[in-house]
Amino acid sequence: MKTGIQFLCAFLDSRFCGNDVFSIKPLNLGTTDPYKEQLLHKDSGVKFVLPALSVIGLVAVFPVFYVFYLSLHRKVLTFNISTFIGLDNYIYLLGDSRFWNALKNTAYFTGVSVALELILGLSIAVLLNRAFKGKGFMRAVVLIPWAVPTVVSAKMWEWIYNTDFGILNYILGTDINWLGSTFRAINAAIFMDVWKTTPFVTLLLIAGLQVIPKDLYSAANVDGAGSWCIFRRITLPLLMPVILIVLIFRTLDAFRVFDAVYILTGGGPANTTETLSIYAYKVLFQLLQFGYGSTLSVIVFLCVGLISVFYVRLLSRSIR
Amino acid sequence: MKKSGFYLMLTVIFMYCTGPFLWQVITSVKPSSELTKLPPVLPDVISLDHYISVFKGHPFGRIILNSMAVSLISTVLSLALGSLTAFGLAKLNIKGKALIFGFVLSISMFPPIATVSPLYLIIRELGLRDTWWALIITYTTFTLPMSIWILSSFFREVPDELYQAAKVDGCSPFQIFYKIFLPLAGPGIFATAILVFIFSWNEFLYALTFTSTIASRTIPVGIALFPGLHEMPWGDIAAASVIVTLPLIILVLVFQRRIIEGLTSGAVKG
Repeated sequence: MKTGIQFLCAFLDSRFCGNDVFSIKPLNLGTTDPYKEQLLHKDSGVKFVLPALSVIGLVAVFPVFYVFYLSLHRKVLTFNISTFIGLDNYIYLLGDSRFWNALKNTAYFTGVSVALELILGLSIAVLLNRAFKGKGFMRAVVLIPWAVPTVVSAKMWEWIYNTDFGILNYILGTDINWLGSTFRAINAAIFMDVWKTTPFVTLLLIAGLQVIPKDLYSAANVDGAGSWCIFRRITLPLLMPVILIVLIFRTLDAFRVFDAVYILTGGGPANTTETLSIYAYKVLFQLLQFGYGSTLSVIVFLCVGLISVFYVRLLSRSIR
Repeated sequence: MKKSGFYLMLTVIFMYCTGPFLWQVITSVKPSSELTKLPPVLPDVISLDHYISVFKGHPFGRIILNSMAVSLISTVLSLALGSLTAFGLAKLNIKGKALIFGFVLSISMFPPIATVSPLYLIIRELGLRDTWWALIITYTTFTLPMSIWILSSFFREVPDELYQAAKVDGCSPFQIFYKIFLPLAGPGIFATAILVFIFSWNEFLYALTFTSTIASRTIPVGIALFPGLHEMPWGDIAAASVIVTLPLIILVLVFQRRIIEGLTSGAVKG
């Protein structure tokens, strides 16, 4: 027992007090000893992972099967109707212009906001990655929009966009109803989303930038490479895996967008800015059509699945 | 790039990140009469009327209590289940580890809208509608991938020798977990706790569908459905926003290093 405690203390010392007792290796516990090796690997971790995996199975995986089951039914909550109708909901979906419009909006929202976030995030990351006074402070400042709850941020921007009393019209000297037309409303939502999520992109990219070896840059400097050339030939290629990971996270997140657009536009004017999640929500909880609403949910799920598969392939190719 | 140009750009970034929220703070201290005054600039006098009316005119105290309870309990549960799993995956013998990791990661990509209708029916069936537990169960589950992911990267950094030493001394795997590894992963647990808490504090779609009265309504829903008699009570909304956002911003500013560590773990080291 005593040796174990000594060992622990030595470890804690080295970790928290900077006393590097560890390099001396007081005990021979290296993994070369087959008996010790066995001690470590004999213990089964099944009991440790079972609770969480069963919770995930019950609350996350089971509902996915259930939603598919629901999508094959005509189910109206208020009238207790539930009849099996096979793929009828899916056939109806193909001719539903409101669905196609929502799909178009979701794709537009995802494409434009992720592209803008990446460009903006990359610029800010490169800018903040150099050494300057107040670097820590600036990194904290960049985190602020990320910390603001989406609902709060949407309400905040709704007030900024306000036609009569909003500060945006005052600054621009205009009199525009920002949420009044489909085009302006969806782009206003994109602008808000870019404001809110660029920090996340910036942080991941800064973390990626820090892993790039510094000697590469000094070598390039010696060779007389310009800063744009260095960025294109060194920074960008080496950052690619991190950029792809950022793209995965952000694309999947943007594709399921709900609160940002729902609060800001409510899907309006006249349901033209609905995203897939908003349309599905309205069918489910306003029209109480649980069958068709679930069909829309399944479609969102499948789209997200397809996007993930596409990205994971891209990522494994880039790492190779 | 010249130095002055660099600092100019820093200033622009600073304004971009803080400006919108500062404007909300300014709106919240404007007297009602000045909210609709043109041009919309700084107020002549500072008034705390909106802050008072948020608590007097609305059940905002109760809503904050709901959010606090739901977020804290979800965080504790997610960390308890998540740390056990992360320890098992990082240090113990399990078949198909890669498969479990992939499975857990794929759960984090589930769009909430895909599970909201079945979960609603299940929760209604269990009689949990409009209770804290409806949200706690959901948040705990959907933050588990995040907890498992971040914590396992912290557990993996603790050397195997520690496990072996404790084992030699007769500790059971569970004792090793909570006596040795849990304390050592303290910083990681803290980072995870902040992220899980912020997720639960901000979540909207499930909260909107599973709650119906102030018995369980959380802050995002409360702010989204802020009642107005004739027009939007912008001043009250601004005050409410500041009340619920300021703690988060302070949390983020104080613990930014930890949070960044948590957010980027796994993404860079891979």
